[in-house]
Amino acid sequence: MFKRFFNRLLKRQPFPEKDFDVVCPACKQASSHLSLLNSNYICPDCGAYIRIPARDRIRMLADADSFSEFDADLTSKDFLQFPGYQEKLDKARESTGEASAVVTGVMRMGGMECAVFAMDSRFVMASMGSAVGEKITRLFEYALKMHLPVLGITCSGGARMQEGIVSLMQMAKCSGAVRRHSDAGLLYLVLLTDPTTGGMTASIAMEGDITLAEPKTLVGFAGRRVIEQTTGAELPQDFQTSEFLLTHGFVDMVLPREKQKETITLILKQHGKETV
Amino acid sequence: MTAYEKLKMVRALDRPKGSDFVEGLFTDRVALCGDRRYADDPAIVGGIGYLGDQVVTYIAIDKGRDMAECMQKHFGCPMPEGYRKALRLMKQAEKFKRPVICLVDTLGAYPGAEGEERGQGQAIAENLVEMIGLKTPVISVVIGEGGSGGALALAVADRVYMLENAVYSVITPDGCASIIWKDASRVHDAAECLHITAQDMVDFGVAEDIIPENFEDFPQMCENMKTRLLQDLQGLKKLSVSHLLDERYNRFRKIGIYEENGKVKQ
Repeated sequence: MFKRFFNRLLKRQPFPEKDFDVVCPACKQASSHLSLLNSNYICPDCGAYIRIPARDRIRMLADADSFSEFDADLTSKDFLQFPGYQEKLDKARESTGEASAVVTGVMRMGGMECAVFAMDSRFVMASMGSAVGEKITRLFEYALKMHLPVLGITCSGGARMQEGIVSLMQMAKCSGAVRRHSDAGLLYLVLLTDPTTGGMTASIAMEGDITLAEPKTLVGFAGRRVIEQTTGAELPQDFQTSEFLLTHGFVDMVLPREKQKETITLILKQHGKETV
Repeated sequence: MTAYEKLKMVRALDRPKGSDFVEGLFTDRVALCGDRRYADDPAIVGGIGYLGDQVVTYIAIDKGRDMAECMQKHFGCPMPEGYRKALRLMKQAEKFKRPVICLVDTLGAYPGAEGEERGQGQAIAENLVEMIGLKTPVISVVIGEGGSGGALALAVADRVYMLENAVYSVITPDGCASIIWKDASRVHDAAECLHITAQDMVDFGVAEDIIPENFEDFPQMCENMKTRLLQDLQGLKKLSVSHLLDERYNRFRKIGIYEENGKVKQ
């Protein structure tokens, strides 16, 4: 495993340096990618939280040069020949440069070593199919073997319907790996980001020892429209936001981006030994 | 029969429901109520009873047999308190070292504001994590509709069976059709694409076997089911707890189809 992994590191840089423009979905202003990396992906013009690609999430949190990626070549297969899935996969790979909707590996934060997974909403809405399920399961199994905490940065549309029942089973598979990791007395820290919904909320997003959420993040099980259609209820503005979850007791804190690195590092320190 | 025909069949009001199977399979029952946290969800019935001469904890999602019952039970769409009640009964079964039999028949977990406020996602997630490590044998049977996470929350088991015409799906075919084609009336096509039949479940390793249906002679059908379940329990009870849990872990661990370094793995 290690050999394969170092070979890959030599081939590919985990964080490409080339700059490009990112458009804020709220105010449509373009900002340079490198400047957004230094400003927590907060739009300099309107202050909106722009969704952060998985690799950039890790780059922003990890100590310099400390991230090593796992299973970068693991990718999805359209085994049901589901209508439109192959095109969706091709488009996602092309536009993101990623092979799957999750980036996994190990990194250090403030000298503390931890395993990390970050999901990427640009890749088929970060839905969980076999590739995501397998990578996250392997990550927890690795963390169990190496006695490492896991930081999970979630966002997801839920289980990936294009892989049918096999996707649903990934929820149980990942939960099994979380359970074994937990039974060994190891920390699983979750950071919920926009949007975390469906099967992701009904599995690994809600299985952490400590659950943090970004401000104004959508976190829920059933979709707002489905609830309105089924029950005819009028839902409050803040329904299924991270603030709503805090009020109802399902997250520990709503944590702005400026404070994430500091708070996560502190929690890691409270649960382990420093390695550097 | 097409996947859609099966779907319509398992949704029919006159098909035996969770309570019918509970009455057909288990004798000398003590029904138990409540999650001890918020409420009792009538969509999930549970208790202690005898499967043959074996004491078991039974848990069943019950859609209801007539309109009044259906309304009261949200048509078998459980609330978070239903899943928490199920978990409470499973932990109780673990304590008293008796096996758990789950009967699954749901469109999915209830999509409602109250459910979200009380942590529908968290309740299901907790069941997944607890069931995969439950130190007693668990067998789940999908008796009708296995709807998404709401079904999986009672189906992280050592053995999963499908009744002959039962279906199991990651999303309701109706919901899937409205997402892909923006047209809920294409549910027939969605049901085909999703691969939801009992045979599909066996092919994907999601279920061990298919149980034949014979609703003309329901008591006999239940007797046959009972024999099958008792046989399984005998085998499972012989395993040490760590062996049982390893097998359950691996049962789910091996499910997945993906590509790695250009090769398809499954």
